[in-house]
Amino acid sequence: MSEHDHHDDHGPAKGIKRWLYATNHKDIGTMYLVFSLAMFMIGGFMALIIRTELFSPGLQFINPAFFNQMTTMHALIMVFGAVMPAFVGLANWMIPLMIGAPDMALPRMNNWSFWILPVAFSLLLSTLFMPGGAPASGWTMYPPLVLQTGDAFPFLIFSVHLMGLSSIMGAINVIVTIINMRAPDMLLLRMPMFVWTWLITAYLLIAVMPVLAGAVTMLLTDQFFGTSFFLAAGGGDPVMFQHIFWFFGHPEVYIMILPAFGVVSEIIPTFSRKPLFGHDSMVYAASSIAFLSFIVWAHHMFTVGMPLSGQLFFMFATMLIAVPTGVKVFNWTATMWRGAMTFETPMLFSLAFLFLFTIGGLSGLMLAIVPSDIQYHDSYFVVAHFHYVLVPGAIFGIQAAVYYWLPKWSGHMYNEKLGKLHFWLSAVFVNVTFFPMHFLGLAGMPRRIPDYSTQFANFNSVASIGAIGFGLSQLLFIYIIWLSVRKQGAQATSEVWDNPKGLEWTVPSPAPYHTFERPPEVTTDKAFT
Amino acid sequence: MGRQTEKRQEPGSAALAGRLALLALAMFGFGFLLVPVYDVFCEITGLGGKTNDSAATVEETAVVNRAVDLEFVTRVNQYAPWEFRASQHGMTVNPGGLYEARFVARNLRDRAVTAQAVPSVAPQQAAKHFKKIDCFCFTTQEFAAGEERELLVRFIVEPELPEHIDTITLSYTFFDSNLAASN
Repeated sequence: MSEHDHHDDHGPAKGIKRWLYATNHKDIGTMYLVFSLAMFMIGGFMALIIRTELFSPGLQFINPAFFNQMTTMHALIMVFGAVMPAFVGLANWMIPLMIGAPDMALPRMNNWSFWILPVAFSLLLSTLFMPGGAPASGWTMYPPLVLQTGDAFPFLIFSVHLMGLSSIMGAINVIVTIINMRAPDMLLLRMPMFVWTWLITAYLLIAVMPVLAGAVTMLLTDQFFGTSFFLAAGGGDPVMFQHIFWFFGHPEVYIMILPAFGVVSEIIPTFSRKPLFGHDSMVYAASSIAFLSFIVWAHHMFTVGMPLSGQLFFMFATMLIAVPTGVKVFNWTATMWRGAMTFETPMLFSLAFLFLFTIGGLSGLMLAIVPSDIQYHDSYFVVAHFHYVLVPGAIFGIQAAVYYWLPKWSGHMYNEKLGKLHFWLSAVFVNVTFFPMHFLGLAGMPRRIPDYSTQFANFNSVASIGAIGFGLSQLLFIYIIWLSVRKQGAQATSEVWDNPKGLEWTVPSPAPYHTFERPPEVTTDKAFT
Repeated sequence: MGRQTEKRQEPGSAALAGRLALLALAMFGFGFLLVPVYDVFCEITGLGGKTNDSAATVEETAVVNRAVDLEFVTRVNQYAPWEFRASQHGMTVNPGGLYEARFVARNLRDRAVTAQAVPSVAPQQAAKHFKKIDCFCFTTQEFAAGEERELLVRFIVEPELPEHIDTITLSYTFFDSNLAASN
């Protein structure tokens, strides 16, 4: 078959080669999304192991060492395997369609940046079967603890290197595509918000992923080549690792949320039947958030012993982020004001995003205040905070995007009844899971422990029930996608929704293998401003 | 299909991708640059509680009649079999005067080991005014099997020590030297 592969411009190659040699942005986008969904399930399964152990006090099912491996692997897989690749997948699928480009600018590099990922995660997951087990030092990899990792240590470092390479190449591709491949009339400030937020995210990725790579390289040389970057005995300083790590880590949290901001900025206008309120101010707000993310890192480490002036600086800089974020929240609210709103599944997920992300933002403000942070540090309050911004934040953003664009990808509507059921189950269970963690943290339960005092028993049981409910609800998500991909649903029109804005709705559903081979005309009707 | 994409690929794509890759490389270097920056920052500000790591050339000055309590903390890094203690729990010093303090360490193993003591001073603002003239922490210390030895530090607390500081804690942590460990 391969010998007769004629390079037909109108269809994909057949069989496995279509995927291995993929250069088409839609194929690569699909692979990213499927990979991310698989990682979401693996990471979610690890979360359920954690929550099962924490269902009641005492050690029931797993030993503390394995518990630590689960918290570490859950975080690494969800951050680098589920959330980030899902956004890169959405970028691959949608950015060329939204700016009127025929493909991503660097299709072969695009292939590379995807195929590195399965390798990286095979390395990481293989550590579960090694002597000494998987990394157990937390995803933050603080030395000297992380240096006690067994055989898994070099695998951890190299898999982080590979994830970083993949993200950097993906980011370069996004920037070059957006800068060079826009349709002639697609001026920068006419670009849809999803494209804008991704442009900013891509710059963040290029700026900080290499810093993480540098930090883990130093860990590697400390362990194997006799350097003392972080070893006190040789004149190094373990606190320095925390500074370098969080210089990466704080922009990283915006890398995981900015594209979700972009997604809801697409969806809320469509289902409010009004243009996005304050498009340009959204762009400036996202840029300000990106800038501020570089000067707040030490709020993750208020307890290491910092001078008062340092604590005050990082506290105020952190609180400043609430301003541009507030601009965004008010703009989304203003977009809905007096709109003719309907509540299809993507809109429901976007609204839940708006409410629940704001709760996560508010607990973030509480954590920014130095005196209270010293109380909340490393408690379940922190766990509640970042899960509120990551699950109903990033994950709901991704799921909203999938429901919104799935008919464009598959050509068939998803089952609206099941979609709404999935939404309500997810929205209820996510709160049942994570809201009690606020109370646990305020009552003093530390994070990353397999056993706890009996006073915390009730809220932990509630959280575990919520987690199992949330996990099972996600099986419904897979089933809904499966139905739509198997064409079990009404044929989607090219617009799919009621007069949505954006170039992606001018191509048929499913989107043909090649689109915009000639640059489209950007009419004001279809553009965002 | 490659042809189709190339047709619309703008001429600047490779150049832009190259510049972005350079930016990524530069940021990789920046990560390593943070290491000396961090050290210089800590040295200037005295943050991090680090003291001078080679003999300071501070002259004994007029002794200021101001009592500052000095407390000693000794610690052994996890898993390293050492006995390590200060000969006295603390002392009272006058800024400007030359003092010495003694510590005792014993190797609990039946083989020779090289140790490195790492000092730290609290509060951090006191670190840069705590000048060591001579210290067992400046070099690694060789211990024969089971050897017990007295270790000496000579120091001057500078009179510029901020007024509000009346207690300084000097802590030493004993490590197996990682130079010896890697050999």
